[in-house]
Amino acid sequence: MDLILALLAGATVGAAVAAMALRDVVHCVLFLTVSLIGLALLYLKLGAEFVGFVQVLVYVGAVAVLVVFAVLLTRGGDAPTERIANAPWSGALVAAAVFAMLARAILGSPSLGSPSPETPVPTLSVKAIGEGLTGGYVLPLQIVALLLTAAMIGGVVIAMREKEGE
Amino acid sequence: MKTYLLVSALLFSVGLAGALTRRNAIIVLVGVELMLNAANLNFVAFWRHSADPRVLDGVMFAVFAIAVAAAEATVGLALVIAIHRHFKSANVDDASRMKG
Repeated sequence: MDLILALLAGATVGAAVAAMALRDVVHCVLFLTVSLIGLALLYLKLGAEFVGFVQVLVYVGAVAVLVVFAVLLTRGGDAPTERIANAPWSGALVAAAVFAMLARAILGSPSLGSPSPETPVPTLSVKAIGEGLTGGYVLPLQIVALLLTAAMIGGVVIAMREKEGE
Repeated sequence: MKTYLLVSALLFSVGLAGALTRRNAIIVLVGVELMLNAANLNFVAFWRHSADPRVLDGVMFAVFAIAVAAAEATVGLALVIAIHRHFKSANVDDASRMKG
């Protein structure tokens, strides 16, 4: 395991832990952004450049800003509560059990056991992805377009102010 | 390969712990986003170490999952804002009535 991978993995997981454990919601969102950037760098390290840049554009650029907006919009009425979590130990226990199960499956898997000879990082051109999106993956692309339109309209309708006097 | 899978499993567990225990609805959504990202990391890692990386399935899965996660975040945050307007709180425990 090389150093860059270790650093990236540590930063990503550490930021995720901080995002889930900190008390201030704004700090949580900032650490979420750090974790998402770390994930984008992991994608780049894996050779999936397009996914890495999409991750930066969509998650860091759009979703993080959206979450910050939601945090600021929902801040007003909340009194700062003493407890930030319900039954934190049982939740952590469940998560630890899930991780133990996953880690056991990963470490015990025979097909992952033999370390494959380090293949060169595959070059995946954006042209190939574009041809895939307009060729074999055109139906999922259309469905995602429809889903995004529906989600946008739905988001506007749900968040619209309720009519006065209803 | 195993390192990526372990990182992904760790991220998933962290997101699960947060989604299960936190009281702020926004942080619950953040936990769900972390779990989705863990799945994406698995997709890309398996694509990278597949027999033929020219087959685009893993990358396409990740890209579409990112798009769907963006849609999910939009609707989820709109719901949080609507709930906050109604209950004057972003706390998931306060929104326990199904009747408005």
